[in-house]
Amino acid sequence: MIYRVVRYVDTRTGQAPVLKKLLRYVFPDHWSFLLGEIALYCFVILVGTGIYLTFFFDPSTQQTIYHGAYEPLRGREMSEAYRSVLDISYRYKAGLLIRQTHHWAADIFLVAITLHVLRVFFTGAFRKPRELTYYVGVLMLALAMLEGFAGYSLGDDLLSGMGLAIAYSVLMSLPFLGANLALLIWHGPFPGTTEFFSRLYIAHVLLVPIAIAVLLSIHLVTIVFTHHTQFRGPRAREENVVGTPLWPGYLFRSLGLGLSVAAVLFLLGGLVQINPVWEWGPFEPSQSTNGAQPDWYLGWLIGALRLMPGWEPHIGHYTLIPNAFWGGAFFPTVVFGFLFVWPTLERRITGDHGYHHLLDRPRDAPWRTAVGVGFFTWVGMIFFAGSSDRVFVQTNIDYESQIHVYQALVFVLPFVAAFVAKRVCEQLLRSEAHPLRGPGGGRVRRTPGGGFEAVGEPRGQSSGRTLSE
Amino acid sequence: MREAPRLLPRWRASRWAELAVLWALLLAAAAAAAFIPVYALGADTQWLGLLLGVAFALLALGSIVTGKALVPQEQREEERRSLDHDRDDLDIAVYVQEADKGITRGRLLKSAAGVAGLTVVGALLVPLASCGPFLDVEQLRRMAWRRGRRLVDDAGRPLRADEIAVGAMVPAFAEGVDRKRLDASLIVVRLHEGDLRLPQQREGWAPHGVLAFSKICTHAGCAVSMFRYPLFSPKVPKPALVCPCHYSTFDPARGGKVIFGPAGRPLPQLPVAVDERGELRAAGRMSGPVGPSWWGVQEG
Repeated sequence: MIYRVVRYVDTRTGQAPVLKKLLRYVFPDHWSFLLGEIALYCFVILVGTGIYLTFFFDPSTQQTIYHGAYEPLRGREMSEAYRSVLDISYRYKAGLLIRQTHHWAADIFLVAITLHVLRVFFTGAFRKPRELTYYVGVLMLALAMLEGFAGYSLGDDLLSGMGLAIAYSVLMSLPFLGANLALLIWHGPFPGTTEFFSRLYIAHVLLVPIAIAVLLSIHLVTIVFTHHTQFRGPRAREENVVGTPLWPGYLFRSLGLGLSVAAVLFLLGGLVQINPVWEWGPFEPSQSTNGAQPDWYLGWLIGALRLMPGWEPHIGHYTLIPNAFWGGAFFPTVVFGFLFVWPTLERRITGDHGYHHLLDRPRDAPWRTAVGVGFFTWVGMIFFAGSSDRVFVQTNIDYESQIHVYQALVFVLPFVAAFVAKRVCEQLLRSEAHPLRGPGGGRVRRTPGGGFEAVGEPRGQSSGRTLSE
Repeated sequence: MREAPRLLPRWRASRWAELAVLWALLLAAAAAAAFIPVYALGADTQWLGLLLGVAFALLALGSIVTGKALVPQEQREEERRSLDHDRDDLDIAVYVQEADKGITRGRLLKSAAGVAGLTVVGALLVPLASCGPFLDVEQLRRMAWRRGRRLVDDAGRPLRADEIAVGAMVPAFAEGVDRKRLDASLIVVRLHEGDLRLPQQREGWAPHGVLAFSKICTHAGCAVSMFRYPLFSPKVPKPALVCPCHYSTFDPARGGKVIFGPAGRPLPQLPVAVDERGELRAAGRMSGPVGPSWWGVQEG
C-alpha cells in the first residue's frame, strides 16, 4: 500500500530520491537544539488560535455601549474592538481558553526565540556557512516582538492604549521624520481614527505573520542546505553529521515535543489567567494606571525608556531629539545592530573565514563568550530596571534610588560580568588540559550513542578561533 | 517466504512501551471526548484547558515513547558534502555577464531601466500618502484652550475652584471638546499659595493655589494620573505629578518643571481664573505644546 503511494508520487514528480534523503535527514541530539523547534510549534499554535480569534474580533474603534455578560462594565462606553474582546472572554464558549492560550503562546514563542538566539550566539552556530540562517532568525525575533505588541494593542483596553501612546511617542521622537510618520500611520494625531485600527489589525493577522512564515521557511531551508551543527563527539567530526534520522526516530520525538508544547500552552491558557482585559477597562487617552507593564519581551524597552535621564538635544529653540528616541528607538537599534554585525565582526577580528560545522562550547571561545555575557548583561540590567516599580511595591525600596543604582550599574556590571566570564572560560579550558589537577578529576562526557568519553586533550587556543582547523 | 533484507536496524519493542503508548492514546481520546460535553454544558475555561492540555500531554507521551522505544533506535552518520563549488559550477556569473555583450549602450540602458523601475515603484507607493495627513504637522500644535473656556469634570459639570481641596487632584476637560484629543484633558491640583514657586511671568496663573496642567506626559504621551502629596511630616519628597508609564515626575509648585525621570521638558501649564460664579476658566493659552515631544516642539 505504502509502496503504491510512493510509486504514484514518484511517477508523477520523480522526487523519490529527494523524499528518501529527507526521510533520512540527520538531526544531531542535544537538548539546546530543541529551543528553535519549541518556537516553531508555538508559531503553529499561534496561527491556529489566532485564526479562531479572528472569527469573533472586531477591529473597530466605533464607540458602543456595553451590555454584555461582565457586570462591572455594563453601560460603559467603549470601542467595538474592546467589546469584542470582552465577548470573546465572557460570551463565546471556549473563547477565553483560546484567547489566553494565544497570549501564552506569544509569550513562550518569544522565550523560546530568545533562548535560541543565546544558544546560537554562545556556541558559535552563526558562523560560516550559517550566517544567512542567523540573520533571518534575528529578523524573525524583531518581527515576533512587533507582532506580539500589535496583538496586545488590538484589545483597545487601557493597558494596550497606553502601549500605543508610547509607540506613537517613540515614532514621533524620530528626528525630522517622526511627526510625519506618526501622522501617516495613525491617520492624524494620537489616538488616531478607526482606520488606524484596521491597519494594526491587518498587520497583526496578515502582514507580519506572513513575513514571519516566509522567513521561517527560508530559515528551515537554509538549515537543510547546510545541515545541522553538532557538538564534538566520539564520532562527530567537522566533516560529518551524526544523529537520529528524521524517520523513524526523530519524527516521533519532535512530534512529541510539539504536542508537549501544545499541552503546556492549553494548560496555561485554561488554568493561568493572563491579561485580564476586563480589569483594565476601555482606553481613554486621558487615563492611565499605575503598575503598567508590557508583555515580558518588551521589558527591555520600558527599562530603557525609564532609565534614560531627561536629556533632549536642541537646535536653537527646536527639540532635535526628543527623549523617547533614546530608549525606544536608539537602544533597540544598538541591540539588533550588535546581533546583525557580530558574525562579520568576529570574522574580521579572528581572521577566521573557514567553515564551522562543529559547535564551540562557550568556554572554547572565551573572548566571544565574554563579549556576549557583557552585552546580554547590559540588556538584562536594562530589562530588570523596567520592573523597578513592581520591585518597589514588593520590597519598598525607593523607586528613584533603584533607578539611580541601575543607571550606574548598566555601565559597570557588563564589564565585570564579561571579565568574570572570560576567567571562568579560561579556567574551565585549563582544568580540561590538566584533568587530574582539577577538583573533580578527569572529565567524562556521555556521548550521543550512550557510551562515555574522556575529554581531556589540551586546547591551546583561547581566541575566538575554532577547535578544528 | 524469504525475508527481505532490512534497511533499518532490527529492533524489538518492549511490551511495556507498547502498552504505555496504547494507554496514552486511549486516555488522550478519553480526555478529548470529555472536552465535548464540558463545552456543551458549561464550558468552564479551566476544565476545557485541563482536558485539552491533558489530551495533548498524553499524545505527546505516546509520541515520545514511540520515538524512543517502539521504532528502531539508530545513530546515523552522514558525510557532509562540501558547500562550495569549483569555478566551473560558478559560471552562472558568466551567463549573467555575457548576456549584455552584444549591447553597445549597456550602461545607458541599465541606468534607464533603473530610473524607470524606481519611478514606477515610487508611483505605486505614492497612494500610501493617503494614509494620513502627514504634511500637516500644524495639527500637532492645536490647542483646545482659549481664554474663557470652562473646565469641566468627568461628568461634564463645570469645575468650581472651591470644590478642589488643598492636596487634591482632579481630572478636567475643555468644555465642548472631544475628550479623546490629547489637548483636551487637564490635571488640576491645589497647593498652599505660600508653597508656589511659579516663574515670574506666570504670576496670577494659579488663583487660590489652583494649578492646571496638561494631563499628557511630554515624554511618551501617557496620562499623568498620579499626584504625590505627603500629608505628614517630614513632608519630603515634595508634592509632584507623576506619570505611571516611565515615572517622569513634575513639580507643580514650579510650573511643571521636571524633577525626575526621562521627560525632557516641563508639563505645559494652563493659566486659570475663577469667574464670578466660582467656576474655573482658562485665562489664556497653555505654556507650551501639549503631548509627546517631536522635532518641531519649541522649548516652552
